[in-house]
Amino acid sequence: MTEHIIEVRDLVKHYPVTRGVVFKKTIGQVKAVDGVSFDLRAGETLGVVGESGCGKSTLSRVLMNLEKPTAGTVHYKGQDISKLSGGALRRLRRQIQLVMQDPYTSLNPRMTVGDLIGEPFEIHPEVAPKGSRRDKVKELLDLVGLNPEHINRYPHQFSGGQRQRIGIARALALRPEVIVCDEPVSALDVSIQAQVMNLLEKLQNELGLSYVFIAHDLSVVRHLSDRVAVMYLGKIVEIGTEDEIYERPTHPYTQALLSAVPVPDPTLRDNKAIIRLTGDVPSPISPPSGCRFRTRCWKAQDVCAEQPPLLEIRSGSDHPSACHFAEKREIVATHEA
Amino acid sequence: MSDILVSEQSAPGADGSGRPSGRLLEVDDLRVEFRTRDGVAKVINGVTYHVDAGETLAVLGESGSGKSVTAQTIMGILDMPPGFVTGGRVRFHGKDMLTMSAEERRRIRGEGIAMIFQDSLSALNPVFTVGFQIAEQFRIRRGMSRSDAKKRAIEMLDQVKIPNAKGRFSNYPHQFSGGMRQRAMIAMSLALDPEVLIADEPTTALDVTVQAQIMDLLGELQRERRMGMILITHDLGVVADVADRIAVMYAGRIVEEADVYDLYAKPAHPYTLGLLNSIPRLDERGQQLRTIKGLPPNLMNIPPGCPFNPRCPMAQPVCRETIPPLLQIGTGRASACHFAEELVNRD
Repeated sequence: MTEHIIEVRDLVKHYPVTRGVVFKKTIGQVKAVDGVSFDLRAGETLGVVGESGCGKSTLSRVLMNLEKPTAGTVHYKGQDISKLSGGALRRLRRQIQLVMQDPYTSLNPRMTVGDLIGEPFEIHPEVAPKGSRRDKVKELLDLVGLNPEHINRYPHQFSGGQRQRIGIARALALRPEVIVCDEPVSALDVSIQAQVMNLLEKLQNELGLSYVFIAHDLSVVRHLSDRVAVMYLGKIVEIGTEDEIYERPTHPYTQALLSAVPVPDPTLRDNKAIIRLTGDVPSPISPPSGCRFRTRCWKAQDVCAEQPPLLEIRSGSDHPSACHFAEKREIVATHEA
Repeated sequence: MSDILVSEQSAPGADGSGRPSGRLLEVDDLRVEFRTRDGVAKVINGVTYHVDAGETLAVLGESGSGKSVTAQTIMGILDMPPGFVTGGRVRFHGKDMLTMSAEERRRIRGEGIAMIFQDSLSALNPVFTVGFQIAEQFRIRRGMSRSDAKKRAIEMLDQVKIPNAKGRFSNYPHQFSGGMRQRAMIAMSLALDPEVLIADEPTTALDVTVQAQIMDLLGELQRERRMGMILITHDLGVVADVADRIAVMYAGRIVEEADVYDLYAKPAHPYTLGLLNSIPRLDERGQQLRTIKGLPPNLMNIPPGCPFNPRCPMAQPVCRETIPPLLQIGTGRASACHFAEELVNRD
């Protein structure tokens, strides 16, 4: 199965920065997503990792067609989604659904669980005829591991993990093919996080879903993803299979990111080489010229300031990496006893 | 500070720091409840731990386990009401802080025990400059002049490696990035050279690369000053990197206490074991994660017996009847499980 269900090409999303109230003038652009291309294959999970401000949430909003791209395209099964409108757009929306980060603010506190999960059916009545909706909702509750008898409860009567299950049930209501998960477990406690991750995996196996899984937690992404894209300041700096990214990363940023993740094993404390990045991520309003990572990179040369490195496969590596000096580095995070 | 009582195990510092090494801060059978309109939530139900000079005690627990409330009680910043301390002692150099006068307690805050909070944006006052908020302490507590205090504040900013400290002195908190703000807060809490630092989820709001910088900085400053540190966190990864000892909390109790190496190698409480099993690891692509079933208990209605029993895979009838006390099992280890020995000794 190598059918591409979503194809993203040179996607750009800039937000204007304005000054003044009456005479608004644009004084700059926040380059939230700045030239991103990737494919999502049917049935796979594509992980998107990056630090705050790297554009991963903007990416999810454009994928959901909640924002129009400034340039570039997103194709869903050959259709350019930003060109759709009316009925065609509504049909598309059934196919791509979103699970949001915060289960506390993403559910309307005045609606019962039944209404929340059943609401998609109001907009898409063809999926479930009126009489069968309550049964459908109960089925969904059961599918995500909640008690179907709790259909009349309100969100505040549920814990964080249960609310996230409600959010997942709602995303599943229209039987989508793709689910974009934007930090679905980052607000949850460890023991609950594991339950939700297992649920996402189970649903994928049972329903054949494709996931775009956006998260900042590299361990969580590795656990769920088949392929992983690493983002930095609006660009993908490295993309590959889970194994290629985690075992053989070639971009210095990926290497630094992986080395900074604390591994829950105190015996590795002293033989772990952490790459120390200095400073913070530069502002996306005026990103550095050439390679965007060069201001924090220990390999930076003159060429890095002049030429933006392309995301391509270079010699000595088996997957695309956007670095002029991409090369494997000695093990970043291993656990061989 | 000659009138300060030093508890039994402590001997004068052998490290040349001039500080007595040994029991700095002890929490002994602390009990706190929140009396709300809906009922009484028993948030802390007998917590005992201590921290010595130069060591890092990690207090590990999920939300609602009482780890932050314990810290707030130590600092005396618990909202009362609804919070009520219903029992126990918090001893600093052997002296019970809970029975002290407000003035005595105030003197300990900052100089004896200081705290770093998770959310630096809401912990800093947005209408004063960062520099002013640090210098304020020197003026009020040390009676320094405005210019001396400013000089010291800039030194502090420099120590926490804020570039261009002089220029940054007159910036407001919102002009700092998240990592910088956390550094500024560290500078503020260390200004009066405290003996114990309580860090409540200091890096939870930060990105991993920045988290690594901040944890490094904290470790470095702690070693320099031989501070005792209480690191409150839910992150098993961070704990493995920096802690000396770990106290695991569940439903307002310490369920296990151990040296960091022992805890990860052989957890002596099923809750700890469950936590360790349920984290995805960066260095392993595991299959199904083994989870802890169910939810943490409602603190207004904690189940009888061991609070973990409804979620515990090992639960026996005895667990539903008697609360297992936190008992020593070997050197420096304690567990509050009826079957701790079996858990440790199994393969």
